[in-house]
Amino acid sequence: MASGAGALGAALLLLVAAPIGAVAWHAGGLALSAADWAALRFTLVQAAWSAGLSVALAVPVARALARRSFAGRRLLILLMGAPFLLPVIVAVMGLVVLFGRNGAVNGMLAVLGLPAVSVYGLQGVVLAHVFLNLPLATRMILQGWQAIPAERFRLAQSLSFAPAQVMRHLEWPMLREVVPGALATVFAICLTSFAVALILGGGPGATTLELAIYQAVRFDFDLGHAAGLALVQALVGGAAALVAWGAARVAGFGAGLDRAAGVQGPGGWRRLGDGAVLVAAALFLLAPMAAVLLRGLPGLAEMPGAVWPALGRSVAVALVSTGVAVAAALTLALAVARGGSRWLDLAAALPLATSGLVLGTGLFLIVQPFVPPARLALPVTVAVNAALSLPFAYRLILPQARSLQADYGRLAASLGLGGWAGLRLVTLPRLRRPLGFAAGLAAALSMGDLGVIALFAGEAEATLPLVVQRLQGAYRMQAAAGASVLLVATALALFAVFDGWGRHAET
Amino acid sequence: MRALTLAAGVSCVALAAAAETPVLTVLTYDSFTSEWGPGPAVEKAFEATCGCDLQFVAAGDGAALLARLQLEGADSAADVVLGLDTGLTAAAAATGLFAPHGQPAATALPVAYDDPLFLPYDWGWFAFVHDRAKLPAPPKNFSELAESDLKIVIQDPRSSTPGLGLLLWVKAAHGDQAAAIWQGLADNVLTVTPGWSEAYGLFLEGEADMVLSYTTSPAYHRIAEGDDGKDWAPFDEGHYLQVEVAGKLAASDQPELADRFMAFVLTPEFQSAIPQTNWMYPAGAADLPAGFETARPAKSLLMGAEEAQAARDPALAEWQAALAH
Repeated sequence: MASGAGALGAALLLLVAAPIGAVAWHAGGLALSAADWAALRFTLVQAAWSAGLSVALAVPVARALARRSFAGRRLLILLMGAPFLLPVIVAVMGLVVLFGRNGAVNGMLAVLGLPAVSVYGLQGVVLAHVFLNLPLATRMILQGWQAIPAERFRLAQSLSFAPAQVMRHLEWPMLREVVPGALATVFAICLTSFAVALILGGGPGATTLELAIYQAVRFDFDLGHAAGLALVQALVGGAAALVAWGAARVAGFGAGLDRAAGVQGPGGWRRLGDGAVLVAAALFLLAPMAAVLLRGLPGLAEMPGAVWPALGRSVAVALVSTGVAVAAALTLALAVARGGSRWLDLAAALPLATSGLVLGTGLFLIVQPFVPPARLALPVTVAVNAALSLPFAYRLILPQARSLQADYGRLAASLGLGGWAGLRLVTLPRLRRPLGFAAGLAAALSMGDLGVIALFAGEAEATLPLVVQRLQGAYRMQAAAGASVLLVATALALFAVFDGWGRHAET
Repeated sequence: MRALTLAAGVSCVALAAAAETPVLTVLTYDSFTSEWGPGPAVEKAFEATCGCDLQFVAAGDGAALLARLQLEGADSAADVVLGLDTGLTAAAAATGLFAPHGQPAATALPVAYDDPLFLPYDWGWFAFVHDRAKLPAPPKNFSELAESDLKIVIQDPRSSTPGLGLLLWVKAAHGDQAAAIWQGLADNVLTVTPGWSEAYGLFLEGEADMVLSYTTSPAYHRIAEGDDGKDWAPFDEGHYLQVEVAGKLAASDQPELADRFMAFVLTPEFQSAIPQTNWMYPAGAADLPAGFETARPAKSLLMGAEEAQAARDPALAEWQAALAH
């Protein structure tokens, strides 16, 4: 297992480093310019705000979801995850319908006689990133809450702990374990932001590293510069991951008996507060989704025939990528939980901070001397999607892999439970929930991700996101909106199937 | 068993026949090859006469095409490249990958354009498009636009060919005053998008009063959607042209087929597919569909390839300085 994990980690590092190397080699060197510092500064500022706000808001939402039970709770959790699965441009349009110049929010402000708010600028970029990433942060933290054994809450109740004491003895240690990883993950996602930062940023003042990479490749034809920028981006992402995970502390709750929680949260104003938090979060996350749906429904009838084979390809790509990503993430997480070296941690995080354009360009340069790139469009897409969703899967599996090792590792070892038997009897049952969630996330991400396919695909290999983009490029905004709804619905369905399998573990 | 052998034999014959059919590979942008683009009609018409298999390879948009060509160099499997525009031809020529096309100049352009390496297949004027009902009296030039409270959406010149076209438009119209024009426009620019489709989508969503697009955009709504509500604003400085060109690669392994394709580009069979698929003007003789054109700009602007190449970097610097706040 350990050597397998080592090989996997090395393969991941290679997948991140080789394309940068290929691009640099093609250009004959690396380069950076003075203007890059402004791009780096803006990238860091917006990513820090986005990550901080996403996680700060996710904590109360996750707590309310964890300690309240109500009708439709599971459906709400599922639907609130949807924004994370939206293609970026679709999400931006949904936000604009609400927060734009002509949007509902400004309409209400005008009725109240208040000045309009602008969604264009740093605040718009952060708003969109929070919209896209709050669902992920919420789910990561909610998982932490659900991983606290029910016995601990019962004990707290029998000791008549006040909410503040529950916070101090149970919730705070859990947050210390989970929050740094959530912060680092959202930060790394926002590092590579391109379309959101540009469209809602309002102009060249909002230049991110990824946009600077676009400029280097497409405007200046300076590949050395692109490789230099991609390297900076990967280093910053890696550094953020190391800092965050250095700050994480294992909570050490010990094993429980997997009893249903059955513990209600405190009543009184705290109950109302939780309700208000949930209503606000649901409104913020679901209203733009509803706008996307309303725009897209009339377009469903206008979708061209090319949508259906593209949908089939996208689902196939998503399923294969999911298998690869989850198997790899599980291998890495188990190895790290058993005391594997920290560089595996880094290897599993780096793909997040990779520049999509440089990754695609580098792979193109590597492949092109040997095979016509169009022939490899789908395999390359599978590999890249698997690599890009692996960091999420890894982050989700790792905390519970650690608890598993701490709580059951010695017992399993004393019984000689290793290999397949250990996997079947201990690992899979104990990790079913994060595995299901991770698989759902990987599948949905691979559905929606445009990734590198645009560089490789000919007409015969187009996936659904690529068809959406091509429709938009040919005035067919209605049909594109329809195809986007199909895309989101399929992604959400895939997510629900895998996540539902994982939740079957709950009683 | 015999049936299997027979089937194997038949498929061998079929394969051999397929192997004898020469393949012409055309590298182009995404929207050309899609089922609603000109690609299918062009492919059918050319294959009817060439005895060959015409295959399109799609690569993003015009700027992505050039980047891809530079990556592939002389190893490119493509024989013909279709879809570069006049903002990119100098850089494309500098790669040394193109061979002269040997065709007479295109006749249906509003300006003279004769380049030995690049043959126009369609063209259009950049223009700001607006909603007739919401904006009955649009500005008549960049200065009026800058003085107005109107909000516009434009594309980033670093990632989009229309965005670069706008830089060259302002530069060609205002020369040394271009920086001042951009200073004036800064508060009108609602936002800048990575590509044409995001900008046009924001405009259709009602976010902006005007969007940088083409004089032919209203025709799409008129003809394809039966909606006559969109119009473009005539600017008295003149309108910058986007001319889309095809070029033959020197390293082609099908040079004769490539030549035949270059000769095919300006024939009515190719050209008649352009207006209602690419929503641009044909570069050769072809009838325009009813409602395609309601008016023409009085004056056309176009920089030479070298001039455009030289203007790019300083114009980008002026643009960035004016719009970065």
